[in-house]
Amino acid sequence: MAVPCARQAARCFSSRQPLTVFSEDQRMLQETVRKFAVEQIGPLVHKMDEQSAFDPSIVPALFEQGLMGVEIPAEYDGSAMGFVEACLVVEEIARVDPAVAVMVDIHNTLINRCLYVFGTDEQKKEYLPKLATNTVGSFCLSEAGSGSDAFALQARAREVDNGYRITGVKQWISNSKEAGLFIVFATVDPAKRHRGITAFLVDAGTPGLEIGQKYDKLGIRASSTCEVILNDVFVPRGKVLGNVGEGYKVAIESLNEGRIGIAAQMVGLAQGAYDVALPYIHDRKQFGSRIADFQGMKFQYAEARMELEAARLLVYNAAALKEANMPFTAEAAMAKLYAGRVAERIASQCIEWLGGYGFTKDYAVEKFFRDSKIGSIYEGTSNIQLETIAKLIQADYKSS
Amino acid sequence: MRALVAVKRVIDYAVKVRVKPDKSGVELNNIKMSMNPFCEIAVEEGVRLKEAGTLSELVAVSCGPDKSQESLRQALAMGADRAILLKTDYRTDMELQPLAVAKLLKKMVEKEDPMVVLLGKQAIDDDSNQTGQLLAGMLGWPQATFASKLAFNSGLTGVDVTREVDAGLQTISLKLPCVVTCDLRLNQPRYATLPNLMKAKKKPLEVVDAASLGVDMSPRLEYLSVEEPPKREGGRKVDSVDELLDKLRNEAKVLA
Repeated sequence: MAVPCARQAARCFSSRQPLTVFSEDQRMLQETVRKFAVEQIGPLVHKMDEQSAFDPSIVPALFEQGLMGVEIPAEYDGSAMGFVEACLVVEEIARVDPAVAVMVDIHNTLINRCLYVFGTDEQKKEYLPKLATNTVGSFCLSEAGSGSDAFALQARAREVDNGYRITGVKQWISNSKEAGLFIVFATVDPAKRHRGITAFLVDAGTPGLEIGQKYDKLGIRASSTCEVILNDVFVPRGKVLGNVGEGYKVAIESLNEGRIGIAAQMVGLAQGAYDVALPYIHDRKQFGSRIADFQGMKFQYAEARMELEAARLLVYNAAALKEANMPFTAEAAMAKLYAGRVAERIASQCIEWLGGYGFTKDYAVEKFFRDSKIGSIYEGTSNIQLETIAKLIQADYKSS
Repeated sequence: MRALVAVKRVIDYAVKVRVKPDKSGVELNNIKMSMNPFCEIAVEEGVRLKEAGTLSELVAVSCGPDKSQESLRQALAMGADRAILLKTDYRTDMELQPLAVAKLLKKMVEKEDPMVVLLGKQAIDDDSNQTGQLLAGMLGWPQATFASKLAFNSGLTGVDVTREVDAGLQTISLKLPCVVTCDLRLNQPRYATLPNLMKAKKKPLEVVDAASLGVDMSPRLEYLSVEEPPKREGGRKVDSVDELLDKLRNEAKVLA
């Protein structure tokens, strides 16, 4: 690796903004979303978790605030901002409710992104304004037999007159109950393996498309995770997203970015739990002192704060690399892997810091803990992230 | 019809305020600042009047340091059309006092020719509750303070304002032009949506050196000391009404 000379280094470091310092516009965005999340989503969180469903006011409010079309250009009725802003939105919402945050994240970083990058002009004109203003999207890749091994999917798309007919069952599909658009991955030719996989745009209500049972989950319970069943669903040729046989590209590229959004969700979750616990431990007294003043506690929350800072830096650096069109796959994997671990660790600690109260549903921390577990599972398990990072490292050491 | 709305950047209402050790004032360094809540209500009312077609233009004004631009941008994001910063380095919670602000706003009224000036009833840092009243006096305009409802007549020559007063609600009729200060229950301010935040960047925000307006902005009141209120002590239980009266009279000293 070339080492820059001291003068060059001095010049580039002096003009670089610290990663945790955002622009005035970004700070205004954070303030607005934070206020909205605390006031409009906050009071509903407990109920939504208990009932495993979003309150009907949530989705329309998110659209109204422009939070569902963060990166969509103004010409398509979007909010015309960038990827870093999308991550900030997801983080701020996750500080209040990671379940709402995941819906916003999947919609922005996977669905909108797929349409914007791979869509034809007609598809963009048709879907982007809807996705920005009133239609939730759902990303249908996983199946019972294909999670990490995503491209072993079995959903089959038969070519027919004017289009395709898709049959298959997708599992673990987020946003399924709310979605008006489903991006479905199916293979047109199993013999071609991953090169047969194709992405299709399927509208809700298409005959043969059925939303199945909702899973009773440990965490992010309000997020609707259901089976999506396709029974000979007809998709016209014009609704193939990207090229036939290149669906694997659509999936991989969006997931590589999407995991930065998940990492932002995990950072928000960790921060949310931490923000509940810190004031509490400065209030609660035992043995005549605030428990925050005991050295044992000090060491614990200092570590937690440090890990939170590290996770945040990984997220926003990966986001910045992506925005700068530089390679970011390894950094995105690192961010998601680390942030998920940090979220689980910090949320778990926060329960301990709150003692018995932390263990009850009256306090928010137990929900953050339950919500955090999915961080090491979805959008690429932790082991997959490790694989990805190792693969990129090994690319430099190919045997000749 | 044009309206001017005045906004102030203050310490955020949720912040735990700390007094500086030398008792010269409140600690402002690195403290979260926001638009004064009553000013937000005034901006919201202005935007609603625009949406109803009553106002054709809403101009936001603020007196303060460079950073007050943030509050003006928020006003623009909520729906104001233009913003003007009257820039001054006087501390806005202490040195820049209502009399000076009213004089500066009078200059803006002369420049912009609005039919209504909307303000929050008071700022949550100094709680003066004077600026709107002083401004109306200087302009010789009618004023309605603590507004909880505004109803313009169809000819847009006057407005009925319902005021929250100690005895309840009072409704008065004012001719235009007039000054209105807004109270808590007038409306629920909107959040700036993301598209509006982006649009706000393109709206004009003019920065004017307040000193160039030829107004004497020097403070008339000198702050001698700023102290925290006494620490809240635990309550006590009493066994009888006599004991209660005794404590109220002799300890708390709130009874003659």
